[in-house]
Amino acid sequence: MTINKWDRLAARRRKADAAFKVLGVVTTVFAVGVLALLLGNLMIDGLGRIDWQFLTSFPSRRPAQAGILSAWVGSVLLMLTTAGIAVPLGVAAGVYLEEYARKNWFTAIIEINISNLAGVPSIIYGLMALGLFVYGLGFGQSVIAAGLALACLVLPIIIVATRESLRAVPASIREAAYALGATRWQLISHHLLPAAAGGIATGSIIAMSRAIGESAPLITIGALTFIAFLPPPPFIGDFPWLSFEWLKSPFTAMPIQMFNWVSRPGTDFQANAAAAGIILMGLTLMMNAIAIVVRHRARRRVRW
Amino acid sequence: MQTTEREPTSLLTVTPRRRRQRIWERGIAVLLAAAAFSSVFVTFGIVATLVVESASFFAHVPLKEFFTDTLWTPLFAEPRYGILALVSGTMMTTLVALSIALPAGTIIAIYLSEFAPPRLREWVKPVLELLSAVPTVVYGYFALLVVSPFLQKFIPDLSHFSILSAGLVMGVMIIPYVSSLSEDAMRAVPAILREGSYALGASKLGTSLNVVFPAALSGIAASYVLAISRAVGETMIVAIAAGLQPKFTVNPLDSAATISAFIVQVSLGDLPHGSMGYQSIFAAGITLFAITLCFNIGAHWLRRRFREAY
Repeated sequence: MTINKWDRLAARRRKADAAFKVLGVVTTVFAVGVLALLLGNLMIDGLGRIDWQFLTSFPSRRPAQAGILSAWVGSVLLMLTTAGIAVPLGVAAGVYLEEYARKNWFTAIIEINISNLAGVPSIIYGLMALGLFVYGLGFGQSVIAAGLALACLVLPIIIVATRESLRAVPASIREAAYALGATRWQLISHHLLPAAAGGIATGSIIAMSRAIGESAPLITIGALTFIAFLPPPPFIGDFPWLSFEWLKSPFTAMPIQMFNWVSRPGTDFQANAAAAGIILMGLTLMMNAIAIVVRHRARRRVRW
Repeated sequence: MQTTEREPTSLLTVTPRRRRQRIWERGIAVLLAAAAFSSVFVTFGIVATLVVESASFFAHVPLKEFFTDTLWTPLFAEPRYGILALVSGTMMTTLVALSIALPAGTIIAIYLSEFAPPRLREWVKPVLELLSAVPTVVYGYFALLVVSPFLQKFIPDLSHFSILSAGLVMGVMIIPYVSSLSEDAMRAVPAILREGSYALGASKLGTSLNVVFPAALSGIAASYVLAISRAVGETMIVAIAAGLQPKFTVNPLDSAATISAFIVQVSLGDLPHGSMGYQSIFAAGITLFAITLCFNIGAHWLRRRFREAY
């Protein structure tokens, strides 16, 4: 081949490179653009519906009077239950697998199991909760049954996040603590967990943002789509001032409320759906943003 | 970590305080192991519930009918239990979703890993991952009220509920699963392979497609398999936008019910515990679980192969 031919070949390849670069940018912009389009559409459809009345009213047959009071209260209670179960359990499991477990068949089973659990569709968790918690253990279609289902669902996320952030703590910390005579649990509770707190918090927030948007398992359990009352309050006037009656209460949640409104004909209800969607998206995006910031700060603050 | 007494001559004399500490340590270890084991209980709970509840279903419905009949009408007066009607809907929405997610995800992964400046990558990756963080009920809204009417402008005989619009939106949701994991896999390819390729005069695109992509293939394949598993199990988008009529169809313009949409539809009604309809959602559920389990194990296996590659 002559030099000339080589030049032309190189030029053609440079053109192909440039073309692919354009294709890559276009595809990325397309994906991000869909997200923007979705957000924009929700805003246009629903922003007009969001006001104080919308947040403080129960659902109603008349779309203009309907609100999401029972839905957001239900979501808050669900989040409390889910976090209260999944975070301690997930962190404890992560600590065990990373710091205690030896490599044997027992831990191998647990590890394969966790990676498989992460891939189980959320609706299957709903079926499990329906058979096991609602009927098997007799919890009924209650906040506690739903909270347990969501806790099982997000458990793998928290376990994996805990393990990864423990793994990031350098060996020198462990060696120093052991050299000074610390026991294993002293090392974990005084040094490893505080050092890994950023990563664990990130994982827990991501897990909660997943749980708050989840609707399929709640529908399976039997979340009601129309609730015009609130669960009993957690604080009461008499001793012991705390009440857990709300755990047994029927519930609805934000995504359930939105699903209910989407499936109704008529643009009025769809505006309500969009408004609920804005709040749901706002919460999800906010939690993800907090997670990104926490991760970033934890990474910068700690220099090993 | 023993609680038995040691010889008093030992440097580490077992004082009562030390003994208490050892018991405490033991207790903590047992507690943590129990927490780790709870994840196995979850799996056990899932499998046990699905098997027990669907056992009485399969005592009533022969497997042959379940797997060969093409009608799924468990709530009708004359029920038919052919899971193929739901499986075909599930497969069609999955296919449509993959036709978006696999090409787009792969292109983005190659672009981010080989072409994009590192700072852009740091920004784009978390933003893309937001796509998978959007509550699926919001995607359902988007598919039904934005994408469907838009598509109907070009395809007049598209039904209001359609496999096409549900699948397309689901595909966008799955893009980050493919792009993120594939990008990780491609970035793990040693630089020396790229440098070798450049040294031989290959272009950037040539290196990406002929060297990096094949080297990362098992990681990329694992991300594809994971994407399939996600698409098969995704529920709310299809429950809202694909329709709820179980239909044995391969036409994406049609409406159809998927396995998970059927479970949602039945759960919304008031089905008595233990009835045939109640059991039918567990039969559908165990089918879905089996399908996604196969794909998850496949992805796991591919990822392990990929890890051993270097």
